[in-house]
Amino acid sequence: MAVASVVILALLTSAVVFGPLIWRMPINEIDFTARLAAPSGVHPFGTDDLGQDLLARMLYGGRISLAVGFAAMMVAIVAGTLIGAISGISRGSVDAVLMWITDLFLALPQLPLLLLVIYLFRDFLKGWVGPEGGVFILIVLVIGAFRWMPVARLVRAQFLSLREKEFVEAARALGATTPRLVIRHILPNSLGPVIVAGTIDVGVAIIAESTLSFLGLGFPPDIPTWGRLLFDAKDYLDIAPHWALFAGGAIFLTVLTINFIGDGLRDALDPRKVM
Amino acid sequence: MGKYILRRLMTALPSLLGISLILFVLLALAPGDPFGELANNSNIPPEVRAALRVKFGIDDPIFVRYVRWLVAMLQGDWGFSFASRIDVDKLILQRVPTTLFVVGSSQILALAVALPVGVYAAMRPYSIFDQIANTFAFIGFSLPTFFTGLLLILIFSVNLGWLPFVYRTDIPSGGWHWYLEYFKQAIMPITVLGLFQAASYTRYVRSAVLDVIRLDYVTTARAKGLNEGKVVIKHVVRNALIPVVTLVALQMPAVFGGAIVTEQIFRIPGIGSLLITSILANDTPVIMAVTFVFACLVVIFNLLADIIYGWLDPRISYG
Repeated sequence: MAVASVVILALLTSAVVFGPLIWRMPINEIDFTARLAAPSGVHPFGTDDLGQDLLARMLYGGRISLAVGFAAMMVAIVAGTLIGAISGISRGSVDAVLMWITDLFLALPQLPLLLLVIYLFRDFLKGWVGPEGGVFILIVLVIGAFRWMPVARLVRAQFLSLREKEFVEAARALGATTPRLVIRHILPNSLGPVIVAGTIDVGVAIIAESTLSFLGLGFPPDIPTWGRLLFDAKDYLDIAPHWALFAGGAIFLTVLTINFIGDGLRDALDPRKVM
Repeated sequence: MGKYILRRLMTALPSLLGISLILFVLLALAPGDPFGELANNSNIPPEVRAALRVKFGIDDPIFVRYVRWLVAMLQGDWGFSFASRIDVDKLILQRVPTTLFVVGSSQILALAVALPVGVYAAMRPYSIFDQIANTFAFIGFSLPTFFTGLLLILIFSVNLGWLPFVYRTDIPSGGWHWYLEYFKQAIMPITVLGLFQAASYTRYVRSAVLDVIRLDYVTTARAKGLNEGKVVIKHVVRNALIPVVTLVALQMPAVFGGAIVTEQIFRIPGIGSLLITSILANDTPVIMAVTFVFACLVVIFNLLADIIYGWLDPRISYG
């Protein structure tokens, strides 16, 4: 399952990366004679309410959806590893405070806060780095900021057990400083579960971005991310179901393959498998 | 038991305070004075504006403003909505029951599906049933709620025409017919939310039962000659539910997130759709209040999970 998923995900990724080079139909060419057309030879995925080609829009939107997913995952993993490592290596009050913050973040209602932050800061960032880049940075940072907690907990748990191991003691006996112990010895050994969590996080981040766009609060309307396509398609369900089905199917397929890959990695990395 | 609940309440308070602090800091950091809409209106002369700023205390130190805001929230003074010109607390109270009804029923549905499927799959690990259940669970939580919602509307409302896709609170008829209509319109939202949660719960239940079913005390119970049903229900499931309750509590933020999306798709008049409409209308007091209500709901459900935890696990001391 996991291997098949890797193949499918690789195909999807290369399609959105290289697809626009091959499928040269512009994403915003309006053609009223072909409004809401069903899939055909000219438009393999059909067209939307303005006669814009859906295949071209999906390929373009897929780039953004996938980029948001990976970038948000990186933010979550870097922040989570940092906090988990600090918390795991230091004992006492620092650890307690950091874990209290982690638990607090786990109890936050994420989607409402996500919406709130985007509502409050959208205009500010738009003026600062332009509409597309501003929303991209904002969404990536905010999704990452609400996803680091599981990673932090995993890393902390790994640190707590690893720092008592003999090889760490040996390194310490040889005179290694704490930063060297952490970076050279403990951290590389604690990354297994982080990789699994990171894989799953990509899927979660893609769903989060699509949710925002679906609620009409993500990227601006002229940037057709998959969630945005669904948002636009939902009013035409009765006459143009292909529109919603292709966009939703793309999100589903991507997230499903990512979850299968994460599961496969977990099986491969986890030595105590229940038989 | 009373003492235990009280102690859990005491630990819930700091997290509510923390959440309110985060909310307030976000609001204070945001550019453009969101609460100062009146104070920034250009039709108002500068001296009046200055007086308004003093009156609302916009230039006070942030800590003073936070305490004042918190006291006002605690006293039930939540301000009034810019858009609909009524008190925020009235607006929210109207809508909370609908959200709780949809979220509550979907959780019951999710557990009603996940418990039997998860337990049965764990009793026969790697059997065909287990693999089918596992695949469906994967599909279930990879399908975002907004897509399943649209699919159900497409199938049952557009193609088959069996179910209404707009949620109404003003159903004209009374009596039996009213209940029937209410039930019919609630089916799709509850199914969408419930099955999405059921997918991940099934996996939790399965792995929790797998951890327990091999323990010695289960073998002892079987050796005593208890029948399999009793062993599973009284010995295995009760113990396996302890981690499941924790995981379900951790899912609460995601559940309310899903509720926002579902309410938006089916146009259910709950607090989730209130949040979206007020964001689109730049209605800051309502946005802040709804976010805070969501936070409170999450904390309350976590508290509930703690209490269930204490009831399930006799090893927890109530002292």
